[in-house]
Amino acid sequence: MNLAIYKRRRVTNQVIMALSWFAAASGIFVLALILGTLVYKGVAGLSLKVFTQTTPPPGSDGGLLNAIYGSAIMTALGTVIGTPIGILAGTYMAEYGRGARLTSVVRFINDILLSAPSIVIGLFVYEILVVGMHHFSAWAGGVALAVLVLPVVVRTTEDMLLLVPDSMREASAALGSPRWVVIMQVAYRAARAGMITGVLLAVARITGETAPLLFTAFNNQFMSTNMNAPMANLPSVIFQFALSPYADWQKLAWTAALLITVAVLVLNIGARALTSSRNK
Amino acid sequence: MNEQTVPAAVPMQKPRLDMRDNHDASRQALVEKVSVRDVCFYYGDYMALKHISLPIYERKVTALIGPSGCGKSTLLRIFNRMYDLYPKQRAEGEILFDGGNVLDPKQDLNLLRARIGMVFQKPTPFPMSIYDNIAFGIRLYERLPKSEMDDRVESALKRAALWEEVKGKLNSSGLGLSGGQQQRLCIARTIAVRPEVVLLDEPTSALDPIATAKVEELIYQLKNDYTIVIVTHNMQQAARVADYTAFMYLGELVEFGETRQVFTKPTKSRTEDYITGRFG
Repeated sequence: MNLAIYKRRRVTNQVIMALSWFAAASGIFVLALILGTLVYKGVAGLSLKVFTQTTPPPGSDGGLLNAIYGSAIMTALGTVIGTPIGILAGTYMAEYGRGARLTSVVRFINDILLSAPSIVIGLFVYEILVVGMHHFSAWAGGVALAVLVLPVVVRTTEDMLLLVPDSMREASAALGSPRWVVIMQVAYRAARAGMITGVLLAVARITGETAPLLFTAFNNQFMSTNMNAPMANLPSVIFQFALSPYADWQKLAWTAALLITVAVLVLNIGARALTSSRNK
Repeated sequence: MNEQTVPAAVPMQKPRLDMRDNHDASRQALVEKVSVRDVCFYYGDYMALKHISLPIYERKVTALIGPSGCGKSTLLRIFNRMYDLYPKQRAEGEILFDGGNVLDPKQDLNLLRARIGMVFQKPTPFPMSIYDNIAFGIRLYERLPKSEMDDRVESALKRAALWEEVKGKLNSSGLGLSGGQQQRLCIARTIAVRPEVVLLDEPTSALDPIATAKVEELIYQLKNDYTIVIVTHNMQQAARVADYTAFMYLGELVEFGETRQVFTKPTKSRTEDYITGRFG
């Protein structure tokens, strides 16, 4: 037995361990720094007014009501449009079109869409909807967000359905279930937690998107519930207010950033909780 | 290439059946519930079953035995057209069941599978409550009031000797049961649909000896009402539960007859070699 080799291996192990530890710690440190700054700067501007008043002109009091409303509406619209299409496409790929040429083509295109810069999506919707309708609108914003939701949902739906063992489908078919019952009542149920997680992650992704909204929903200084008109939204408000020279606008931008971060955090934690409950 | 085996295999069985009839003259008249006639099966270009012909008698247990890869599970999966779920698998020949041909392309598969149920090697409870696992199959073809459904679920669980163990937790997940309980749940689920034929694909190979004994006892009880075909690796099991045994080897039916005769006085040397453990 050569102890020198063993010792050398132990030293290597310790060095790599230390490096890994350092890398993990610096990642967490940066995240903590960002979150810390955000909370420190954001909480300062947090008050009831944020939720009850609309964005103010410089130098006066105001809140983020119109932006919160707009973000919620357009995120909901994007999710409501993108999710069913995504689930149906993912279902086709995992259940009906396994091994089909169409499936591999769709999967390839979907992967491209998944990694496409969101500003490109924004420009695309600008070109077909905003230019076509001759004005910015909340509808266009929702559609742009739906295009971002779509690939995430397609991917997770397909992946989660493929994780459902075929023996489960066989068992269901063996009882005389038509194909759609096998999918709706057995495969979906088995894959449910994962599919919901995918939707939540997609929602988390679009909650913070700025670029697609800049070209589509634009922004609105006032409270507007008109879907055919420009609509305020948190990311655009952050973009506009943070770059402004006014201290009160900058403060509101921090608060808006905090709100988005908390929303995304809650969605992610929800997704994690669902995933882990599935594994139990 | 197997043209010669056709005429050889078909008449070969006749005299043996007559022999068995002479043995059991006292028994009630045998009814051929399902007749397999010259069935061949292909996985793509590979011929997995070669001109199989055999009778399946009503309210009897027929065991299919043979070494791994001999085609016994393949044959079982033809009875309910399970292979239809997968492309590139096809069967030729005839399987007569109640005057119709199971292999007829126009055969309604869902109705067929409601009449010919199947239990799989690995327990496959659906991700839903114990109650819903049983009710699932019933709901496919019957609309029952709640009280009647309760009765059906209870009687299926009683038939499967599972009622006493689960009656207090019908609303908890079927996935929480032990392996042996899960398999009895699957049997209960299958018989709840009231099929005429029950196919069992190595139903105890994933179970411990105690659970196996329970399932075997159950099979013995079930043959009062159902026609049963069981695939098993375990020759003692075939000897214990089956009235008739078919020995298969390399995709061919070597011998079919009354279980006692196949095990004690096999007419083919290959059967004897397998049963005495010389190969397989």
